[in-house]
Amino acid sequence: MSIKVLYFASLREEIGRASDKIDISDANNGSVQVTQLWMKATGRDSLPDELLVAVNQEYTSIDAFVKDGDEVAFFPPVTGG
Amino acid sequence: MVMRWRFFRQLRVASLRKIEIVESIFDPWKLQQDYQNQSMQGKTDYGATASFIGTMRDFNEGDDVNSMVLEHYPAMTERQLHQIIDEACEQWAVQNTLIVHRVGEILPAEPIVLVAVWSAHRAAAFDACRFLMEALKHRAPFWKKENLVEGSTRWVEKNTAG
Repeated sequence: MSIKVLYFASLREEIGRASDKIDISDANNGSVQVTQLWMKATGRDSLPDELLVAVNQEYTSIDAFVKDGDEVAFFPPVTGG
Repeated sequence: MVMRWRFFRQLRVASLRKIEIVESIFDPWKLQQDYQNQSMQGKTDYGATASFIGTMRDFNEGDDVNSMVLEHYPAMTERQLHQIIDEACEQWAVQNTLIVHRVGEILPAEPIVLVAVWSAHRAAAFDACRFLMEALKHRAPFWKKENLVEGSTRWVEKNTAG
């Protein structure tokens, strides 16, 4: 399965890139948990304190599962307006 | 049955609206007037218009700010703003909504955001406008990076209390 991962704002700068395409061959039942995706994409074991996650442009939790073709975004608290 | 319920629910929250993300300076008064002229031509049943305009301050957290850059997540921004408008329409008798938000480099006193709401009576317009603005600040994926007068840059980490 292949998942598009996006990073925004301070997180994009820290990680040093805006996106990744992650291929996972050993997915369980065709899905993978967001926390596992984070570790595989970023190579980091821990999650930032105030990390926000969106799957296909909808907010979700790090415990959610994602599937082939999903777009997953990681970003810090939003500050628009 | 579920499908039918969802269909009616969507109909109920359908309302006039426009969401616009702009990359250069905009005149909120002109945009609001132009949008009202174009979208509410011939309508005579609205009695209240509430609008909020957010502009860039030249200070934040005790520091002088020269300029800032607003980044966003385009597809999600539109989606979240539509959902927020849907929620406002479920709670109040909103007739029309306009949300304009700036991205890119912004200078002090330039507008960042316009939220305008039209309704029959003032309570719906005031309350929905406030709700939309607060929900936008907490859910729409925009991020500000400030260029300080003293030379450094920093990401804004959280919203001010209000």
